[in-house]
Amino acid sequence: MIRLEKRPQPSRLFSLGTPLLAVGATMFFGGLLFMALGKDPFAAIATIFWEPLFGEFAFYYRPQLLIKGAPLVLIAIGLSLGFKAGIWNIGAEGQYIMGALFGAGVGLAFYPMEGWFIFPLMVMAGALGGWIWAMIPALLKVRFGTNEILVSLMLVYVAEQFLASMSLGLLKNPQGFGFPGSRNLQQYESAHNADLIADTGMHWGVVAALVAVIFAYVLLTKHRLGFAIRVTGEAPRAARFSGVNPTRLVLFCLGMSGLLAGLAGLFEVSGPAGQVTIDFNVGYGFTAIIVAFLGRLHPVGILLAGLLMALTYIGGDIAQSNLGLPAAAIQVFQGMLLFFLLALDMFTNYRLRFGRAEVA
Amino acid sequence: MSALLSLQGLTKAYPGVVANDDVSLEIAPGEVHALLGENGAGKSTLVKMIYGLVKPDAGQMFMRGAPFAPAEPRAAREAGVGMVFQHFSLFDALTVAENIALGMEHAPKLQELSERIRAVSDTYGLPLSPDRVVGDLSAGERQRVEIIRCLLQEPKLLIMDEPTSVLTPQEVEILFKTLRKLSAEGTAILYISHKLEEIRALCDAATILRLGKVVGECTPSETSARDMAEMMVGKLLQTPTRAGKSPGEVVLSLKKLSAKSPNAFGMPLREINVEVRRGEVLGIGGVAGNGQDELLAALSGEMLTAPGMITFQGRDVSVLGPVARRAMGILSAPEERLGHAAVPDMSLTENAMLTGAAREGLEKGGLLDWSAARAFAERIIETFDVRTPGPGNAARSLSGGNLQKFVIGREVLQRPELLVVNQPTWGVDASAAAAIRQAILDLAEKGTAVVVISQDLDELMEISDRFAALNEGRLSPTRPAQELNVEEIGLMMGGAHGMEVAHV
Repeated sequence: MIRLEKRPQPSRLFSLGTPLLAVGATMFFGGLLFMALGKDPFAAIATIFWEPLFGEFAFYYRPQLLIKGAPLVLIAIGLSLGFKAGIWNIGAEGQYIMGALFGAGVGLAFYPMEGWFIFPLMVMAGALGGWIWAMIPALLKVRFGTNEILVSLMLVYVAEQFLASMSLGLLKNPQGFGFPGSRNLQQYESAHNADLIADTGMHWGVVAALVAVIFAYVLLTKHRLGFAIRVTGEAPRAARFSGVNPTRLVLFCLGMSGLLAGLAGLFEVSGPAGQVTIDFNVGYGFTAIIVAFLGRLHPVGILLAGLLMALTYIGGDIAQSNLGLPAAAIQVFQGMLLFFLLALDMFTNYRLRFGRAEVA
Repeated sequence: MSALLSLQGLTKAYPGVVANDDVSLEIAPGEVHALLGENGAGKSTLVKMIYGLVKPDAGQMFMRGAPFAPAEPRAAREAGVGMVFQHFSLFDALTVAENIALGMEHAPKLQELSERIRAVSDTYGLPLSPDRVVGDLSAGERQRVEIIRCLLQEPKLLIMDEPTSVLTPQEVEILFKTLRKLSAEGTAILYISHKLEEIRALCDAATILRLGKVVGECTPSETSARDMAEMMVGKLLQTPTRAGKSPGEVVLSLKKLSAKSPNAFGMPLREINVEVRRGEVLGIGGVAGNGQDELLAALSGEMLTAPGMITFQGRDVSVLGPVARRAMGILSAPEERLGHAAVPDMSLTENAMLTGAAREGLEKGGLLDWSAARAFAERIIETFDVRTPGPGNAARSLSGGNLQKFVIGREVLQRPELLVVNQPTWGVDASAAAAIRQAILDLAEKGTAVVVISQDLDELMEISDRFAALNEGRLSPTRPAQELNVEEIGLMMGGAHGMEVAHV
């Protein structure tokens, strides 16, 4: 008989090695999947992992890596703070949309005026938008004990309706020949989140993501608040005993994750996307949940996981167009990554024992 | 009358402790037999042997005269032994019938099972619908599920482990009616409890265990609660002579402290009045679940109370949280080590930070000084002889006694003005227990006011200056510990004191 047995001490080896093992297992079983679909598994894996970085068109894909990775990292950092404390914000996608709408709204309100202050105002509005959207589940949870998972998730769909309404109504480009969508902020210099160094993908969102990683690292390792977050996640009763105020922690964690998701939305709408459209959101808010766990809720891990996830996205796109792999296969591949990560993660705290359980 | 179950000379030893030493008893068919004893007296070990969970080292069991040695619970169940545990093992998301089906070896169809559940529940006056989801049930109803699960197997002997600890008085009445009916039909019941009045009301015979040995047998209906308490507690140890101290000024004063328990099945605190002075140890005894956790929470600041109820050094602290109280010098150590007093998966350094941040200067302007926390953890480990490879080890990796020394040491080293500890030596080996008690006495010697909440009467007599009992959330008047004898303590604890007499 095979049993799981709790380790007296968490295993350091597994704690650090799990993400690598998970990536390895995903490559192996993903390869089997691609083979079953009649594709060369080695070519498929190479297309996904190698092509975007070192292939013929890497000059195009490498900036994409930053453009796709930055919002994932920024959102995942915020989510990880709550996840560590057992506070589950599943609605980052909605906060991302609201951040973009608030930020773009402020920018478009100034159009066509030019001024250095416009973009900073948009950044603040974007953060505010995401924060407000996250405070709805936070206040409901604190005041009425509602489940933040459900409320934050449902608010995603509300935000999507707002997005549609805005791109068809209030924020629609008056000179857009009736097409849905706002003016393109890329053509409005004061509101454009342009590459800081041309053609590198290095925009303000990338800077914000790196700052968020450092901020989260310092918070979690050096600050009382970060310690409170970790203790609450590990043992809520011990946290209360040590003096953590659960209400404030909920407000902080949900607020901070909403704020960062809002920022991500703002940087996206004013930069790579350029305009508010009905299909502006592409699921960064949900993928960031995977990124947060793939990075083991650790800031540096999240940075690496965000880049890895962006890589599988870009590589997946290439594999779709070059090898004709179905989109669903790529999604299964990404799902496998999370599955193996969570499954292998168990071995950090448990080990397998073979043989019969002895009677106590 | 020939015995249904007969135990002869059962002995079971664990490393460092003899849980059962030559225990013999007999239970007749239809008899309600009480197994009485303090925590750690060996009641659980004994019933685990009967139920096949633990193998005795020596001794024999006979079921209706035939040798009985169940290798596992299934064998015990087949022989007609059913057991209702103190902690339920039910799935919240499943219905009553589904839960019961899961526990059966040959489960009938759900439809048929539901009918049988209804039949049993009607027969024994245990109202319960098989279609309800367990998550919606009260603790009493959950217990009924467990009882019906046992009754479906038509046991000859039903073991009940502390069945009333989670029940409301009304539910206790229903349960007792059921048990009496079962007994009338010939099912023997082995009833584990330390609630004396319950046992007097229900049981035909009682066996009293103390430190693993049978120390007495009695007929509860003819024996007073006082006499049973005396047998349970045994003779008092000689109170160690303490340096004569003149009591200092009042440090802590509780005035009509009343509060609802934050816990659904907790005990509310009811009008507690008491004062604790500098350099004094107040011992609070009582059976678990009578408000001990709630009292500690009210003093530590985890549970806030109405203004004016708790005064510390002349200041009303009733509405201050744990951090503010700790800063003033009110330190505490809860009963539950893992998950309450300490975070199991965090290192000892991190656990030192948990309560030591402010008073030990481990934190400045919100920034944590981990090297100072590590030094503090090392100081605790060294001063209190905590056996661990180092402060980097997880709290969970320590033995109960060592972790308890760490937890108590962490508070003692922070120079408390008032120290509140709940069950300081529960589950701790003798030498660690002695070290912890000594540390508490030394602290009081230096002028700290100490409140020790414990179920171990010997311990309380050894270290307290004054003694009070907590019963149903009420605190008895305090008495100087040295004046007390077993009889009086039994009365204070057993709930048969003063106006409580009518409460049977």
